[in-house]
Amino acid sequence: MSVGIAEAKRDRNERRRGLLLALPSFAYMILFFAVPLVIVLVYSFATRTSTGSTSLSDWNLDAYRKLGEPIVRNVVLRSVVLALVTTAICLLVAYPFAWFCAHQRPVVRNMMLVAVMIPFWTNFLVRNYAWRLLLSSGGPISSFTEAIGLGETNILFTKTAVVIGLVYAYLPFMILPLFASIDRLDRRLIEAGRDLYGSGSQTFRKIVLPLTMPGVIAGSILVFVPSMGAYVTPELLGGGKETLLGSYIVTQFLTARNWPVGASLSFVLMAVMLVSTIIYFRSGGKNL
Amino acid sequence: MSQATNRKLPVWALRLNGSAVLLFLYAPIILLLVFSFSASRIPGQWGGFTTEWYATLFDDSRLQRTISVSIRVALISTVIATVLGTMSALALERFKFRGRRVFDALLYLPIIIPDVTMAVMMLMFFSQSFNLVEAVFGIAISKGFATIVISHVAFNIAFVSVVVRARIAGMDATLEQAASDLYATRWQAFRFVTLPLIAPGVLGGALLAVTLSLDDVVVTQFVAGPGSTTLPVYVFSLIRKGVTPTINAVSVIMLVASLILVAGSVGLQRANAFRGRQQLQTTGGTS
Repeated sequence: MSVGIAEAKRDRNERRRGLLLALPSFAYMILFFAVPLVIVLVYSFATRTSTGSTSLSDWNLDAYRKLGEPIVRNVVLRSVVLALVTTAICLLVAYPFAWFCAHQRPVVRNMMLVAVMIPFWTNFLVRNYAWRLLLSSGGPISSFTEAIGLGETNILFTKTAVVIGLVYAYLPFMILPLFASIDRLDRRLIEAGRDLYGSGSQTFRKIVLPLTMPGVIAGSILVFVPSMGAYVTPELLGGGKETLLGSYIVTQFLTARNWPVGASLSFVLMAVMLVSTIIYFRSGGKNL
Repeated sequence: MSQATNRKLPVWALRLNGSAVLLFLYAPIILLLVFSFSASRIPGQWGGFTTEWYATLFDDSRLQRTISVSIRVALISTVIATVLGTMSALALERFKFRGRRVFDALLYLPIIIPDVTMAVMMLMFFSQSFNLVEAVFGIAISKGFATIVISHVAFNIAFVSVVVRARIAGMDATLEQAASDLYATRWQAFRFVTLPLIAPGVLGGALLAVTLSLDDVVVTQFVAGPGSTTLPVYVFSLIRKGVTPTINAVSVIMLVASLILVAGSVGLQRANAFRGRQQLQTTGGTS
C-alpha cells in the first residue's frame, strides 16, 4: 500500500518536473505563436473600413467571399499551377537521380547526397540572386546561347524563370525522400518481376513505383507546399509581373492595407499546408 | 543476378541525368563567385579580374550596419532558441506532463507554416500589442531589433527542438538510470551523462538556428523597424532594383558565411561518428 503511495508521489513529481522544463518554451510559443495565429484568424473575419483601417465590430465572411472573385481566384490558380509544374519537374529529374544514387557504392552515394545538400544549406536569397544574375539580359546564359547561334534568351521575369528558381530551391526536398524509399526497396522483388516475364516498364509500374510511392508522395508535398507559398523567388525572378499568392498576401498588408483579405488568404494557405502535412505523415513520412 | 536488372536500365541516361543535376546545382553558385571578381560594370559579363567590388563594401556604412544587426540578431535569437528548444526536447522525450500533446503539436506548426503566414502573424501581433500598450500605459513602442529577435526565436525553438529530440531518441535511456542507480542526483545525471550525450544534437540545432536566422527575409521584412534592418532584407531590397557588381560581392560573402556553417555542422557529425567509434573500442572509458 505505502509502496503505491510513494510511487504515485514520485509520478506526480516527475510530471511536475516535466511541466516545469517545458513551461518557458510553452509560454513563449503560446504568447508569440499561438496568440498571433488567433489574431490572424480573428482578423480574417473583420471588415476593412474605407480609410484602410480594420473594424472588428461586425464579424462576417466577406474576406473569404472575396477569395472567389476573379482577381484573387486567378492568383490562387496561377500559384497552384506553378507549384504543380515545379513539383512535376522535380519528380521527373529527381527520381532517376535518386535511383542512380541508391545504386552506387556507399562512398559515392554519400558524396552525392552531401553534394545535393550543400547548395540547400547555402543562403536562400543568394541562391535566388545567382539565377537572377545568370538569366539577366547580356548575362552568362544569354551570351552562351548567342554564341552557339540560338540568339539571345530573355527568360528573366517570366514564369519559366520562376519555375527554374523554385526547382533549384526545392529539388533536394524531392531527392532525399525518394532516395530513402528507393534505398529501402528490396531488389529481389524486381528480379522476381523480371523472372515472371514482366517487361521493364511493367516491373516499374507494378512493383517499383507502388513500393516507392511513400517517397514520391513525401517529396511531392515537400516541394509543392513551399512552392505554393513562395515569395522571394517569384519576386526576384518573376519581377512581380504576374502576382502569385505569396506576393499577393504581402501586398495586402504592406501596400493595399486590406488586412482581412490578407489574413483570410494566409489562413487558407496554412490550411493547405496542414492538410498536406497530415497526408505526408499518413504516407509514412517521419521527419520534416 | 543484379547484373540482369542493371543491364536493362539505360545506365548512360542515368549518368547523364546525374551529371546534369549536379551541374544545375553548382553552376549558379560557381558562376556567381566568378563574376564577383569581374571588372565589368555589367554584373553578368566578364571584364578582367578585380577585387574592386569587395573594396566598395567597406565604404558602405548602411551595409555594415545591417551586417552587424544580422549577426547580433542571429547570435541572440540562437542562444535563446537553443536553450528553450533543448528544454522542450528533454521535456517531450523524457517526461509525461499535462498538455504534452498540445505542446508537441504547437512545436510542429512553425516548421510547416509558410514564411508569409508567419510574417503576417507577427506583424499583426506586434501592431495589436503595441496599440494595447499605448492605450493602457501610454508608452509608444515601435518595431525594431527586439521584434526581429522575438520572431526569430519563435520559429527557431521548433527547429532546435526537432534536432535535439532526434538525438535524445537515439540515445540509450539506461545510461541515465545507471547514473541514478549510482546515487547521482537528477542534476548530476543531467550534467554529467545526458548533456554530454545530447551536446552534438544541441550544437546541430544551434547551427540550424543560426542558418535560418541569417536566411530569413520575409518574416524580418515584416517586423523590422526603419532603423534596424538585417542584411538579407537590405540585399533583397537592393536586388529588386537590379543586379550590380556590389551585390555580387555581398552575395559571395553571404555564401561563404553559410558554407562555413555547413562545414561546421558536417565536421561536427564527423567528429561525433569518430568519437562514437572510439568509445565503442574502449568500452568502459570514463570520459
